[in-house]
Amino acid sequence: MKTLGLIIVGLVGAVLVSATVNFPPFGDPESPASLHVSPRYLEKTLEETAVPNAVTSVLADYRGFDTMFETTVIFCAGVACFLLLRVPRRRLPRPRQYRHRLTGLTFRIKEGGEVFLPLREFEPVDSIWTPHDFIIEKVCRYLIPFIQLFGLYVIAHGHHSPGGGFQGGVILGASIILLSVSHSLRTALKRMGEKISALFSPVGVFIFAGTGVLCLGLGYRFLDYQALATLLPVGPIMARSYGILLVEVGVGMAVMGTMVWIFKNLASRGRYDEGL
Amino acid sequence: MIWQLDLLILTLVVFCGIGAIMIRDLLGAAILFGAYSFMMCLLWAIMGAVDVAFTEASVGAGVSTVFFIAAVYHTTRRTKD
Amino acid sequence: MEEFLSLIIEKYNYWIYITLMMIGLYAMIAKNNLVKKIVGMNIFQTAVILFYVSTGVKKGATIPIIEHGHDVAHQAVRAADYINPLPHVLMLTAIVVSVATLGVALAIAIKVYHRYLSLEEDEILEQIRGL
Repeated sequence: MKTLGLIIVGLVGAVLVSATVNFPPFGDPESPASLHVSPRYLEKTLEETAVPNAVTSVLADYRGFDTMFETTVIFCAGVACFLLLRVPRRRLPRPRQYRHRLTGLTFRIKEGGEVFLPLREFEPVDSIWTPHDFIIEKVCRYLIPFIQLFGLYVIAHGHHSPGGGFQGGVILGASIILLSVSHSLRTALKRMGEKISALFSPVGVFIFAGTGVLCLGLGYRFLDYQALATLLPVGPIMARSYGILLVEVGVGMAVMGTMVWIFKNLASRGRYDEGL
Repeated sequence: MIWQLDLLILTLVVFCGIGAIMIRDLLGAAILFGAYSFMMCLLWAIMGAVDVAFTEASVGAGVSTVFFIAAVYHTTRRTKD
Repeated sequence: MEEFLSLIIEKYNYWIYITLMMIGLYAMIAKNNLVKKIVGMNIFQTAVILFYVSTGVKKGATIPIIEHGHDVAHQAVRAADYINPLPHVLMLTAIVVSVATLGVALAIAIKVYHRYLSLEEDEILEQIRGL
């Protein structure tokens, strides 16, 4: 298998290297990829949409249809992960462990054992691997609000600087994942439950598609944000800018929800009791 | 674009990629893949694709490494090749 | 000789992308472990994305954020001054989709592991044939 693989890979590589002879030189401004539609996008973006970041305007306005279905693909991946892994929660069959909050002592309760602990003083801990690091917990605790603030900034400021819905959504999702990794999955589930993370992704897709349908209902084409000028007290150019913002918020919600959802399913193997 | 930096990072990317598939430990492979993604992010920043570099820094080096570690945590670190 | 040297200088980037792609393809074909195969798939994916992004590079151009502001007089934007944004847009979405598909692939790997207690392809095939 190894030699066969090497032969196949070598053949593919040789074909591709021989094809590079006909490529335009690296960094050529006259290469065919940058001659057809992209000059028009670059020249007109500021005029037509009031968005200086050409990537954002092409992503959400000129090629909004493409992005809408990319968002749908992400949502579908979240659903697929859920359907593959999720199992109904069983009622604590294994020996469970509790930690006394003040002293850090850990108690292990055998299988079938019943004991009543004052839950304010004890917290349940994971059965496999239970490090308890005060410094990591507190540092992450104080870092997470700033990470989330930065994520919101990235979504909202994507018009003028690198950023946008995809990046901001991933950063927001990563802040929840950081909470789960630094504390425990249970803490993250308390802050953002399964239903909320699962709802975020279809709601994001719905905001994106709903913006398009709204434009359609106002008598314009699908995802033609000029239609929003009839609702907002702005001209058609600024309306396109606001439409892009609306769509970016939808993308951010969908991406954030899906990232957290997939992580929870993977980290707890679909049982949602304990995990990474 | 500075070609010396470009060449250096391209070499590092190739080494990280080879390391990620050669190492006999899946956790190590996950970490090396994270390093690979981060080098890729630097490469895109050099090329001027700032949005793509931003996405790769948050997605490739952040979230996908966590996904790999979660999967390895629930399976095994052992690998034969 | 001169011609060959200039060919190398113009094309070495593409050749390294092809090397990366070959690493990923080799891992997908020849590696025995399922997680290694997934790592190879991701390397392949990033190599293709890298190639796409590199087609947008223009020498002497800056990042695709149009210069604007109140003090800058409104002059026509020259497309040659800015890097081509189109490959960036297409690949930006591809990266986020790739992490979502990575999640699905790892979910399948976890399922396979708990069914056959192994991630090695040959051991799994042996068990399937033995059943």
